[in-house]
Amino acid sequence: MSAFWARLIRCPPARRGSLILVIVTFIALAAPVLVPTDPWKVEPEARLLPPMSRSIAVTGAHPTLHVLGTDSVGRDVLSRLMYGSRVSLTVGFTAMVLSALFGSLLGLVSGYFGGIVEALTGWLIDVQLSFPFLLLAIFLLGALGGGTAAVILILALATWVNYARIVRAQTLSIKNQGYVEAAHATGAGVGRVLFVHILPNTLAPVCVVASFSMAQAILTEAGLSFLGVGLDPSTPSWGTMLNDGRDYLLTAWWISTMPGIAIGFTVLGVMSLGEGLRELLDPRGAS
Amino acid sequence: MLSFTLGKLLRALSVLLGVSFLTFMVGHASGDPVRLIARGDATEQQKAELRHSLGLDRPVLEQYRVYVTHALHGDLGVSYRQHVEVTDLIALRLPSSLELAGAAFVMAILLGFALGVACVVYRNGILDQALAGLSVLAQVVPGFWLGLVLVLLFAVHWRILPVSGSGDLAHLVLPAVTLALPILGRMTRLVRAGMLEVLQSDYIRAARAKGLTERQVLLGHAARNALLPVITQAGLELGDLVGSAFIIETVFAWPGLGRMTVNAVLQRDFLVVQGAVLVIAAAFVLINLAVDLLYAVVDPRVRSQ
Repeated sequence: MSAFWARLIRCPPARRGSLILVIVTFIALAAPVLVPTDPWKVEPEARLLPPMSRSIAVTGAHPTLHVLGTDSVGRDVLSRLMYGSRVSLTVGFTAMVLSALFGSLLGLVSGYFGGIVEALTGWLIDVQLSFPFLLLAIFLLGALGGGTAAVILILALATWVNYARIVRAQTLSIKNQGYVEAAHATGAGVGRVLFVHILPNTLAPVCVVASFSMAQAILTEAGLSFLGVGLDPSTPSWGTMLNDGRDYLLTAWWISTMPGIAIGFTVLGVMSLGEGLRELLDPRGAS
Repeated sequence: MLSFTLGKLLRALSVLLGVSFLTFMVGHASGDPVRLIARGDATEQQKAELRHSLGLDRPVLEQYRVYVTHALHGDLGVSYRQHVEVTDLIALRLPSSLELAGAAFVMAILLGFALGVACVVYRNGILDQALAGLSVLAQVVPGFWLGLVLVLLFAVHWRILPVSGSGDLAHLVLPAVTLALPILGRMTRLVRAGMLEVLQSDYIRAARAKGLTERQVLLGHAARNALLPVITQAGLELGDLVGSAFIIETVFAWPGLGRMTVNAVLQRDFLVVQGAVLVIAAAFVLINLAVDLLYAVVDPRVRSQ
């Protein structure tokens, strides 16, 4: 295992990706200490201030420096960006874990048992891939209400297919191998064979899929919140900030450009790590 | 071939039924439309009558059956908000959407192929590296955010293109480019990788040995064989394109199906949303079906799978 980490760190895209993710995670964890001002504090007299300007909240007090400016109700953009990293990472990560669990389980079971389970899974995958899921997501969230939990669930539903397909393919090729037969012969039950002997051997490609689907989840959350059907508008997420700045694009460019840069930085980290993992785990595709 | 076609047809039908049922149930669960339609001073009696005349007091499955039967006859109901036939609304907005999506798709595929080939011809040159950077950028930021930045640069800062809306060709440029950029980036990388792989093969060595110039080898022999993955990828990109068009149309106030649907969602006019989702799903299922059958005609190996 430690050899794996050493190889990972030597791989340039993985190194870049990990570095970026460490920085973003650090900001997310330390946000309460790092933020220059309270990200929820509304200051009507300091609204739409451009980057690097100062505002005086209380007359006679020390002026607050707004490094990245303020938004339409006078909240500090930098502080909200820092708190936004918490939301984006949590939403992206939870959605990724949920869909990995659901998709892998379905892939494992359908690959191992075949028959009706496989046919049903195949049909579900077909349904999902046969039309743009974002459309259904907008409809579901708009009709039944948004909020963090609903968005996470929708994002998980959007990406489970990738896991199901890859785990199913892996299971099909593993289940006929000697060591699985040996496990059967020594009296291991179906559950033990599935979770101890087969599932761990599908983990490598699952990790690669996971990083790309987490990137996709972060981007989709931004899109949904931007449209106004995603997270609650008061939540300081990068998507809701993009939505906030939409009406002020022509007068206050910084409100919606800054969260985009934050998203780009984070997604670059996640994707680079995924690329590094792919190079490590699949030497053929490395070139 | 007959059983293959039948199987695909059955699958397409079941997908359509699944999607229509799901959208109908979501619309049904979203709340009582009578609250939207009835005037504030309507009595319970009047509301009940309205509910009855709209068939909303019947069992859900019965309502679904009626909805599907009507849909098959080209009737998707009347918008609760705008009091216009949903099919008319869709027909009004569809051409704009097709115009935008078509422009973006053609631009992404053709330009992506040309630029991918150019990257191989001038390997590791400025163009190659700039495109590599651009394609990474287009993958890691939301597509609509690129659109916002393009608006800031071209419409606000340099004032050479309109901010939003539709009309002449100038209005089409920014939304189409925004929609095309992520696909263009992926296409370029795909063509580049495909050509570099093809360049390793024996027939390329043969072509070189024959004394062809490097340009003839690249454009005449290698580029042609890098076309196949482009066609496959192009089909996959279509779903992505329609999905992101929903957001891009909203950003640029483009009067298409996407913006109409998003607005209808925000106004809780769900009969319109239901109809739009159903029409788009049907179009997708039909396109997929046609592609599957076309593949089977071209490549007999597919049929036996």
